[in-house]
Amino acid sequence: MKHGIPILATLLLLSALSGAAFGLQRFPPPQFESGHKLPETLYPPPHADLFEYLDVAALAAALGVASWLAMKKRSRTALFALMLASLAYFGFWRGGCTCPIGAIQNVTLALFDASYTIPLIALAFFLLPLVFTLFFGRTFCAAVCPLGAIQDAVLVRPVRVPPWLERGLRLLAYAYLGAAVLFAATGSAFIICQYDPFVGFFRLSGSLWMLLFGGAMLLIGLFIGRPYCRFLCPYGVILGWLSSASRWRVTITPERCVHCRLCEEACPFGAIRTPAEPPTARDRAQAKRRLAHFLGLIPVLVVAGLLVGGVLATPFSKMHARVSLAERVKAEETGKVKGTTDATDAFYETGQPPSELYAEALALRGKFLTGGRLLGGFLGLVVGLGLVQLSLRRSRPDYEADRSGCLACGRCFDYCPVELDRRKKARERKE
Amino acid sequence: MEDQEKKPDRRDFLRSGLRGACLLGLGGTLGFLATRSRKADLVWQIDPEKCIQCGKCATNCVLKPSAVKCVHAYAMCGYCELCTGYFEPEPNALNTAAENQLCPVDAIKRTFVEDPYYEYDIDESLCIGCGKCVKGCRSFGNGSLHLQVRHDRCLNCNDCSIAAACPSQAYVRVPSSHPYLYPKGYTPGPQQDEPKP
Repeated sequence: MKHGIPILATLLLLSALSGAAFGLQRFPPPQFESGHKLPETLYPPPHADLFEYLDVAALAAALGVASWLAMKKRSRTALFALMLASLAYFGFWRGGCTCPIGAIQNVTLALFDASYTIPLIALAFFLLPLVFTLFFGRTFCAAVCPLGAIQDAVLVRPVRVPPWLERGLRLLAYAYLGAAVLFAATGSAFIICQYDPFVGFFRLSGSLWMLLFGGAMLLIGLFIGRPYCRFLCPYGVILGWLSSASRWRVTITPERCVHCRLCEEACPFGAIRTPAEPPTARDRAQAKRRLAHFLGLIPVLVVAGLLVGGVLATPFSKMHARVSLAERVKAEETGKVKGTTDATDAFYETGQPPSELYAEALALRGKFLTGGRLLGGFLGLVVGLGLVQLSLRRSRPDYEADRSGCLACGRCFDYCPVELDRRKKARERKE
Repeated sequence: MEDQEKKPDRRDFLRSGLRGACLLGLGGTLGFLATRSRKADLVWQIDPEKCIQCGKCATNCVLKPSAVKCVHAYAMCGYCELCTGYFEPEPNALNTAAENQLCPVDAIKRTFVEDPYYEYDIDESLCIGCGKCVKGCRSFGNGSLHLQVRHDRCLNCNDCSIAAACPSQAYVRVPSSHPYLYPKGYTPGPQQDEPKP
């Protein structure tokens, strides 16, 4: 018993009787002679789910309008206006949460942990942009995503990123996606949410470091178009895959490319591919040899990834609260560290035997080992396939938007003389 | 696009196949997860039995001040004159002197009811959710004070930043139809208003 009790007991003259219905009933609730009524404890309800269904409807509507504006209307101005509206609604009004990028983790957790029930809203947020992308390309990125919008809005003086750097940095996004899936699948953390650079601006609060990170991103974004979307966004990776299989897509020119080269510098995201001659026989032989080399390199890269992933699994597993707790408890028990932490105190208080915790941590570490290897192998495969893609020579008759890299922002429309001609004709027809 | 009337080549064929496969995959995910989904949203809440009042709720919430507040389950309260949630639970200092008050922001109001009972009310507009009073109440009193995520304030982030920092894993996702967790043995409601004889 704690030392404060006897003093309290003597001071308060409490009867030790009355039915102890509660957990810690040290002092039975009094029976007031004055007929004092107990105040009611208020429990304010959460915001109604209705608002979230409204969000899903708004998302679907915004996706539909964005696709129409990009494909049919071909208007950058209208896309920009819709983008600002999305930034205002999904970003500043709704606080940037739930977003499709973060919903990757909800979906992953629901796939791997049967006890987690995913809210239908998160599922809808994850799937809707993917389905739209399969048909219209990345119109979600163009005008719906608030994270893309805040970066697009600050882009004033785009600087070209050399292709080798662009491709290299793009790997970060794959690693981020893999890590996010790993940590969500093991139930450790939702890192996409924890390290979201812009949500702090949307909520007008957040930790200093994340606000600084977001501010730095926006500063870089003044010159390098949408740095988060291109080099970090894990959802962008999935959208890139799906958009390379899309049914329709945004084209630079509405009709026929006249090879005027005016659009060459139009894209701030480096997504315009220049025409390429069909390769000569010599080129082809050389490319074939290179392709063979790179194809042979893929297994090597995958195995290297597996090994590195296996090594990194142990440090990764410390992201899980139970594993880090188990390590700390073990260190305290073996006398490696002195003193306890809040976490270990809380653990000792539960009375759970440490052996159970250790077993739990070991099982988790096993999961991390599998997951870490898969992650490493996946990244090896990504690097290998990237190299293979580099060595593939294909003829391209016209200037084209890259299928997976194009964000459907519509900036290139205004550069195309054929498009300007079309607009002029359309105006004349109206008059 | 259509005016070219070109025959679909191998690449287009592969692309359609890939698109079909993707759609099937997405449909499959939807179908599978629909069995593991819930209509209503999930919200964050603190399990009062796991909470150790470490103080992280006050500092780690994205809201300032935190969405976590101290909540008083009046029906559990002993109405003590020397409340260890209100005064420093230090035996030598335990008296009603003002300098012994525990709450750093003066969010607990103490009113005399009748001899020797005092009522304690939380002013949520002042409370920062530090849990100092909760610690005192749970350690030496009835545990009627407890920390809860207040859903009129909580933004319900997909990943609660307090949950990520909570050392005792007291944060759980609960269905929004039952958004509060009560201390052991307590259920709120009108039947609690009058203590049993």
